[in-house]
Amino acid sequence: MTAPAPAKSRAWAALAELRGPGVPAKALDARALAALAANPGCRRRAILDGAGVDKAALAGALGSPPAFGQSQFAFMRGNAFEARVKADGGAELLRLVRETLDPGAEPPARAEVPDLSATGPQGRVARTALALREAAGTGGWTLLDHPMLALDVAGSPAFLEPDAVVVHPDGGWTVVEIKSFPVLDGSADPAKVGAAARQTAVYVLALEEVAARLAGQGTAPRVHHRVLLVCPKDFSNLPTASAVDVRRQRAVTARQLSRLTRVEEIARTLPEGTCFSPELPAEELTAAVDSVPASYAPECLSTCDLAFHCRARARESGAVAALGRPVRAELGGLSSVEDVLAAARGEAGDPDDPAVAALRRAAALRAEALDAARAARPPVPPAGPEGDPCH
Amino acid sequence: MSLITTLARLEAVRTGRARPAATVRHRHLSDRPLVFVPLTTAGEAGAPLGALVGTDRDAPRLLVVPQPRDRDLRFAFLAELADIVLPHLESCADVVERAERAETDPGTGKRVTVEVDLCADAAQLIVPSRAGIDFVRLLGRSMRFRRTAEQDPEAPYPAPPRVPLLGRWLTHYAERARVPGSSLLLAMTDLLGRHWATGQSTLEDQHLGALLAWIDPPEGMSGAEAAERAELARDPAGQLLCPPAGPATDPAFDNRLLAPAIERYDRARAALAAAEDGLEADERLGAVTAAEREIRALVESRTRPTWDAVWRGLDLLRTLPPGARVEERWTRDRWSFTGHRDRVLAGEPPQPRRDDAVTAANKLAAREREQARLEAQEALDDPLVMAGRRLAGEAFAGEVVDVVMAYSEGKRPSPRPLVTVRTDDRPHLGERAKVYRSLDGRPQTAEFVGYDEQAEGGVGVVLRIVDKMGRGKEPAAGSVPEKGDRVCFTLFEHEQRGGAKLPDPERTPWTHGGPPGEPAAPEAADPVTEEDLL
Repeated sequence: MTAPAPAKSRAWAALAELRGPGVPAKALDARALAALAANPGCRRRAILDGAGVDKAALAGALGSPPAFGQSQFAFMRGNAFEARVKADGGAELLRLVRETLDPGAEPPARAEVPDLSATGPQGRVARTALALREAAGTGGWTLLDHPMLALDVAGSPAFLEPDAVVVHPDGGWTVVEIKSFPVLDGSADPAKVGAAARQTAVYVLALEEVAARLAGQGTAPRVHHRVLLVCPKDFSNLPTASAVDVRRQRAVTARQLSRLTRVEEIARTLPEGTCFSPELPAEELTAAVDSVPASYAPECLSTCDLAFHCRARARESGAVAALGRPVRAELGGLSSVEDVLAAARGEAGDPDDPAVAALRRAAALRAEALDAARAARPPVPPAGPEGDPCH
Repeated sequence: MSLITTLARLEAVRTGRARPAATVRHRHLSDRPLVFVPLTTAGEAGAPLGALVGTDRDAPRLLVVPQPRDRDLRFAFLAELADIVLPHLESCADVVERAERAETDPGTGKRVTVEVDLCADAAQLIVPSRAGIDFVRLLGRSMRFRRTAEQDPEAPYPAPPRVPLLGRWLTHYAERARVPGSSLLLAMTDLLGRHWATGQSTLEDQHLGALLAWIDPPEGMSGAEAAERAELARDPAGQLLCPPAGPATDPAFDNRLLAPAIERYDRARAALAAAEDGLEADERLGAVTAAEREIRALVESRTRPTWDAVWRGLDLLRTLPPGARVEERWTRDRWSFTGHRDRVLAGEPPQPRRDDAVTAANKLAAREREQARLEAQEALDDPLVMAGRRLAGEAFAGEVVDVVMAYSEGKRPSPRPLVTVRTDDRPHLGERAKVYRSLDGRPQTAEFVGYDEQAEGGVGVVLRIVDKMGRGKEPAAGSVPEKGDRVCFTLFEHEQRGGAKLPDPERTPWTHGGPPGEPAAPEAADPVTEEDLL
């Protein structure tokens, strides 16, 4: 496990200063950790997440509040389905685990379901670790319902709560993720399965840390890299399970997390006194946020609270990246809209640069085609009644 | 995306308005499309919340499920939907013309021409966004295996009579939508995105309101401002001014407006069920009706803006002249429509949950072929698309600077004229590569001979024309380009040949699971549980 080195308390204090006086660190959850892998090159996201800044509040203070939210219908349905899967001491869930991942093991006639309640996240983490150690020796099935795991992220602990962890009779551990999107005729929405796999990979990493600690005490439990994804089958409420191999997602996330230790490096490049407290006036905040470069891409809009702010800044500066990664890749070294258009018009740029030459040819061909089309038919009258697209 | 489209996007950023990405319309638009704007319940696998549907932009039919978790109400919704959609489909299915089709005679194995019915027109279905197409597929899947009371008197929750049939049709439409260039079921965002390049990313183009804002911004606003407003602006109550095109709803709408309204409806219904006498029941029925009306108004308020947006999109698209080969592709859609009609009439069972190996391979091959056909036809129809192919070195245009008559060797020499085309394009021509040009809509083939460095002002490409010149010794009039003509040759073929023929399902090789065996009994309906959905 490539756990990040524990941050020195001085670095930790420096990160706390970035949040602002008295602002508590926002704990990272598995979704946020998984999202880091979506845009690893973004220094802005790295520092804000690393310092535990509440990005949603920050975006609100900047005037570009995030547009995320969960419908209570989805929330209720998710909870109801999870309760159904875990009913009867997890009998159905354990049956699915055995059938899908461990058909050789004895049937889970009776399983231990230890009580994991404790005060505070730290207490729950300790309770979970204890339960895992106790389960190792029993040689039977154990179901840990909503255990709490801790993962060291850039010096601050992130508390993670998987839906369930199952201990097999052979002592191996499996992460179970229960989702309420359907598996229809054996296939599910790949985007949702991918997101679930990335999220579960974070749990696997956290479990491996626990396993490593236990190994020091004699036993060395194995954390399965095939996790169990439980979803409703077709249009029913009946659960169906599939094994998902998360080795790749685990490797990517582990690498991202180890890179997060660079947060300190990024922090050192910030001007003295930089602070991201949402209490500050918008101009100061904007300046503070702008002091860390972002690498905005339209994909951020679905994963990052700050995306609308970054998009507005990218558009203001005329960055072609705002049009998407493929566009940027196509334009070579030209990164601003004006540069590209000037190069295409032949007003700037080195004609020997293949990207510039291609642009000029493209511009000429486009103009020729549009002229030909215009000549071929009378000008189009202005389309439709002018009006607001929505009212 | 070609560099030309990228350039159009950058121009759009600078001018604040979408730029053309096509000079003709590349998809068929029916005179009477059926527009369908569905909404779904968040978190559920297939619980529709409501829809606007119809062919008259001023009078859409509003269908609402006041409590999406109630099976009877959902069935009522689907039955109503069937009563609107099926008559529209049938109005097209009933009008046929005679057409000829080549078929393999089962007895002799020879290709014979048979005369069959072809529907004179097919019904076109338009949804706001790509997610709408997925929802049509989901609705189709949820309905087609349902049993009506007539089919199976024992069915625990029989579906209304025409619902399974609607499921089969919607499944067919959703399946056809996967064929490139088909127009039976279209998403408005795809249509607009094909014909205009906006100043935002393709990801953001999935928002119908924002996309329209770029193409046709309101007076005094730039496309970027209008698009941002469409995406994000909320009223004082926190509701989006421009609701998402669905089928998913905005969580703020669900939580603040819809959930309380559904709760009121549930309470009113519970009160009605608990009523003790007729007078009380009458009163409480009034409360249920009022609560239902409230939900209907909410659903209409979220679907009507999208409905109007779809029709505005249609207006915009109709300003473009149709491409010359669009009609031909629509004829393929009509064949597809007729084929499904015939399968339904012949009493075939609903489409299986999973295709067998041969059907799946056929579908994939058809999609690949149609993709190639679409790419070729769009380029031939539209100089702007052809410009992209020329930039990529897959076509070249220029002026004929020299024609030298030559003949093939052999007993009956045929004309093989050498034509030199001066061009600024840089086609990737290999030795003796075949190139094609469109001659009265039919492809004429030429062979690349070499470059003529002497051609004035550009590179001369020397070609040998090899066909479409008639049978005589002299080429037919007009079949050979003349000096001074503007010509455009492509390196890709204009017409797609079908690939190798696949075996009959009974001869499926063992590598692909072997023959399907005995025709299985019609697939069973989904098992129903007490609280399941659809």
